[in-house]
Amino acid sequence: MQLTRRNVLGLTAGAAAFAVAGARVTPALASAEDAEKMIMEFTGGVMPGEGKVSLNTPEIAENGNTVPVSVSVESAMEGDDLVESVIIFADGNPSPAVATFHFTEMSGEALATTRIRLAKTQNVIAVAKMKDGSVFMDKKQVKVTIGGCGG
Amino acid sequence: MASKPRIKVPKSASAGEVITIKTLISHEMESGQRKDKDGNPIPRKIINKFTCTFEGETVFECDLDPAISANPYFEFNAKVPASGTFVFTWLDDDGSVYEAEAPIEVK
Repeated sequence: MQLTRRNVLGLTAGAAAFAVAGARVTPALASAEDAEKMIMEFTGGVMPGEGKVSLNTPEIAENGNTVPVSVSVESAMEGDDLVESVIIFADGNPSPAVATFHFTEMSGEALATTRIRLAKTQNVIAVAKMKDGSVFMDKKQVKVTIGGCGG
Repeated sequence: MASKPRIKVPKSASAGEVITIKTLISHEMESGQRKDKDGNPIPRKIINKFTCTFEGETVFECDLDPAISANPYFEFNAKVPASGTFVFTWLDDDGSVYEAEAPIEVK
């Protein structure tokens, strides 16, 4: 390729566009990476399996300030078949951690509902740790119309 | 700061029954992400832990992060082995502790 004026201009524009796109994507990616890191920290490096956990979120949240989220885990809640804790992440929030629920045999059922803040459209992730060490996760996308971390 | 928490526990249950408990407490849950009109960050002030015990035994616990909405609401289940009292505790970042109780009778 010859180094003509047209070529040089085209290349520069392309590079600039790439740089802008890159800069815009980085914060979201950083948070998603953080979320992944925190999941691994929570599970102790075990890759979570599918199933058992079911996360219930609205498909579209008009107000990101209060998004109802409920999570339930299939378990007898007795002996070794016990859910110890469930952690909730939102991978597009300024800080991905949302809440950690701890259950005991006295809970009867591993089920919890709360209301959370979501800054923008993103994935909500629930990871459950069982007493026998196995981990399961579920992930749901929530579309947010008005973000809930105002500033 | 926080007003009296609101709690919903059935008055009675049969032995071993799993009941649903709902709790709500008024709290602004200041996330630490927001800025005031001069651009200074507003310091974080949230409830960071919620626990529910039944006659001294833990039933349910939650560690809260700033992503929990203002006026934290929880709904969870509990097994009722016998008559007794549920005790609910909320811990604030500033060290305050808010407490509430609800009795239940086994028929």
